[in-house]
Amino acid sequence: MRRILFLARAEVLHVVRDRATLAQVLIVPILQLLVLSNAATFQIRDTPTYIVDLDRSTASRRLVERFESSGHFRVAGRSASPTLADEALLAGDVTMALTIPHDFEAMLVRTSAAPLQLSVNAEKGSAAGIVQSYASSIVSAYAAELTAAGGGAARIDLRTRSWYNPSLDYRHYMVPGILVALVTLIGTLLTAQNIAREKELGTLEQLNVTPITRGQFIAAKLLPFWTLGLLDLAIGLVVGVVVFGVPVRGSLLLLFSAAAIYLVVALAIGLWISTIVETQQQAMFVTFFVMNVYLLMSGLFTPIDSMAPWVQTVSQVNPVRHFVTISRAVLVKGAGVRDVAQPLLILVVFAGVTLTLAVRQYSKRIA
Amino acid sequence: MSDAPGGAAIDAHDLTRRFGSFTAVDRVTFAVRRGEVFGFLGANGAGKTTAIRMLTGLLSPSGGRATVAGHDVARDAERVKRDIGYMSQRFSLYEDLTVRENIRLYGGIYDLADREIRDRTARMLGRLGLEHAADSLVRAIPLGWRQKLAFSVALLHEPRVVFLDEPTSGVDPITRRQFWELIYEAAAAGTTVLVTTHYMDEAEYCDRISIMVAGRIAALGAPAELKARFQAPSIDDLFVRLARPAQ
Amino acid sequence: MTALAGLIRKEVYHILRDRRTLVVIVALPVLQVILFGYAIRTDVDRVRLAVVDPSPDPMTLALRARLDAAGVFEIVTVSPTMDAIEPLFRRGEAQGAIVFEPDFAEHAGRGVPASLLIVADATEPNTGSIVQAYASAVVQAYEQEQTTRSRVVRIAPAVRMRFNPTRRSSNLFVPGLMAFVLTIVSSLMTAISLTREKETGTLEALLVSPLRPWQIIAGKVAPYVVVGFASVVGVIVEARLVFGVPLRGSAALLLAEGVLFILVSLSLGILISARTSSQRVAMLGALVGTMLPTMLLSGFIFPIESMPAPLRAISAVVPARWFVLVARSVMLKGTGLAYLWPATLILLAMALALLAASTRAFHERLEA
Repeated sequence: MRRILFLARAEVLHVVRDRATLAQVLIVPILQLLVLSNAATFQIRDTPTYIVDLDRSTASRRLVERFESSGHFRVAGRSASPTLADEALLAGDVTMALTIPHDFEAMLVRTSAAPLQLSVNAEKGSAAGIVQSYASSIVSAYAAELTAAGGGAARIDLRTRSWYNPSLDYRHYMVPGILVALVTLIGTLLTAQNIAREKELGTLEQLNVTPITRGQFIAAKLLPFWTLGLLDLAIGLVVGVVVFGVPVRGSLLLLFSAAAIYLVVALAIGLWISTIVETQQQAMFVTFFVMNVYLLMSGLFTPIDSMAPWVQTVSQVNPVRHFVTISRAVLVKGAGVRDVAQPLLILVVFAGVTLTLAVRQYSKRIA
Repeated sequence: MSDAPGGAAIDAHDLTRRFGSFTAVDRVTFAVRRGEVFGFLGANGAGKTTAIRMLTGLLSPSGGRATVAGHDVARDAERVKRDIGYMSQRFSLYEDLTVRENIRLYGGIYDLADREIRDRTARMLGRLGLEHAADSLVRAIPLGWRQKLAFSVALLHEPRVVFLDEPTSGVDPITRRQFWELIYEAAAAGTTVLVTTHYMDEAEYCDRISIMVAGRIAALGAPAELKARFQAPSIDDLFVRLARPAQ
Repeated sequence: MTALAGLIRKEVYHILRDRRTLVVIVALPVLQVILFGYAIRTDVDRVRLAVVDPSPDPMTLALRARLDAAGVFEIVTVSPTMDAIEPLFRRGEAQGAIVFEPDFAEHAGRGVPASLLIVADATEPNTGSIVQAYASAVVQAYEQEQTTRSRVVRIAPAVRMRFNPTRRSSNLFVPGLMAFVLTIVSSLMTAISLTREKETGTLEALLVSPLRPWQIIAGKVAPYVVVGFASVVGVIVEARLVFGVPLRGSAALLLAEGVLFILVSLSLGILISARTSSQRVAMLGALVGTMLPTMLLSGFIFPIESMPAPLRAISAVVPARWFVLVARSVMLKGTGLAYLWPATLILLAMALALLAASTRAFHERLEA
């Protein structure tokens, strides 16, 4: 209705004229995107390694060379003392220690088999597994080299391929997720803060005396923030593509349609928060706490498949989870509507439910 | 009760509001005629604000009934809102919007056509002498002008009744006088004005006043008549006398 | 000193009387540790695998059986062609695929190496690497068993996983999680004491009293440090009981460092409350708005050594980063002050610096 447009227009003017809000909407998200995308990585590179080469033979030296030139490992210390290696591990100076026994080459010549000792600092959890797998593949490749040199041949030719992210760039994984986080923060935080401020200033009462209905008021409030959320997504996406080289393999229309639905949920949550707080400060804190839970349980930073099963089930009611899935699927894997139909449908249901609940809660509080 | 010509613009009968065990407004009965300037007085906490919130449809009564501009405030709150104007004590105009933008906003909310908004804006600014400030932010306008502007905006959609909550607080005497001239103009044009105020001298400007004490109306009538009846030299004196026993 | 004691006593009464808030302060970190402890993990325990086998034969079937028996793979589908596989990847229903070439066993028998392709969804790079590693390990183990030719060289690394033999990622994350929830509860306590002071307008009254600024600060911080101690104990117990995180070092050291960390967090909050009201909303916004990036830069989830240099530098001024280091070292490695004195000193310095800044801010308010 016409009333909604009039009020929405006033809202937009408020936002545009308030420098703090403007910064919050435009500058802060970009900064956060830049910082977070660079911080949010589990990439393992240049793993500091300690070499204890007790053999000092051609074979052992060649093996060490293979490690050095692999790009995954960096030799940070070398000696003939396993004790020193252990201390370096303990102090955290190295993540892996490679010990080559003193009869390495001799055993290879005699029996075509030789042992090695790898000590990995497993503090880092799954990173240790990856370090081990890198090390193992270097060792296997070296063994295959020696086999070929000796005239033998393997029966299975094993090849591996990485789909969707061949360069193993963590930012391609994180940026689509971080965009979701930003859009969520904008939608929920701004809505909660804005309405809380109206409560604080007393402007709500003035509007309550006018014939404008609750529905019209809420629509007029949510519309500008909904638009801002989509705008922020667009800006963030441009930054992601230009600065981080994030791929855009799927349909942008699909992505933004999903975003449009998702934003309704985020805004509804912000509306609900505004009904339980009284000041802007409280709005900020509550939004932050709530968002924390949502974000950390959404598969944004750590994979959903790694979560305990009961948590995975609980995350089904987390709208952030679904939009993160859609965002990654569409941008990185080129998914189409049919591939993301399930999370999309869930988001639609959420949008309806949360908006209804929030509006009802809002109406009750005012009277 | 419908609004027959010359009938009551505000008609409250045993209007009551309870909050749990506390009765804020206790069986208040009064009527305000069309075009009257009615002063609604009382100490803080006496129930004025609660009563006004019921009359403006913001709060539903716990008991009794009231009609404003012919509509029942409990059943027809939305119709009531269309026919009333309101100027709240805390806030009226958005400070970070210009004068013109504020007027446009309220005009749109009250469903005025674009042309009407333009015409009325011009007329209002002309009457107030604020044409030069049409595109200034409200924040930049002195308080006195702001209050007068807020009042005019409350009248923008030509409501039948307008509620003013402490409209002249913090304003200098000259501006107060000008403000009351605006109020008289509106009343003369047929708008009913219900105004609350702390300034007892302003009570003398009203056609009739009521004084609320502890949720009840302790006195109701024209200022001169009340002074005679209670043999009080001034409304101020009368007020203190009535309010004190309740403390 | 009695004035200070009186102040502390008043503040303690406030806290104790507000039963609901007290419960929230102690329960919130405990709840968060449980929730996030089960959520923030990077272990890959189950991999959904698709199989493409155009011409099943004894060898492909044997390899498929091996994969199935490995315990880590869940074969979601077997298909003769690649076409059916792509949509599975896009939907996330498959994380990896094993692709046999046609006539697999025949080629292997003839000495023409039989081609086996392992495809992994590398959207999440580490998961991709792990899927490849697991699958490769199974195939290579099979290969080594079948090989009889002596000219195949075998080098077998014996791997020791130090400090976290089970390699459960919760052992990595839970200590860091402790730092995270303690930061949150500290900011909550700051917010509470701020609101209370604003509501009762007591800050002004305190400032004009004979109390010196440092006494006011001490009076405000001390009670919450005590409450915070309860939170520290709560999260450590939880880490041990619920997640089985080892505690190889000194519990006393860990507790002490935890209290020190809370002191730093509270000092930051007090500094904010010392600023004038009009700036407060902006500063609170800054605190809240930067808290998420701060936590992510503390090494809690993402390893600091993986970050680019400028962020590593910023991480050094994030208090949580040092407590994360301490917690992990004490719990997993059993290190003591001999290794941890630099981190402890830094935390101590931060606390003192923040408290000094607060004192000065209070002085300024007095003068203004």
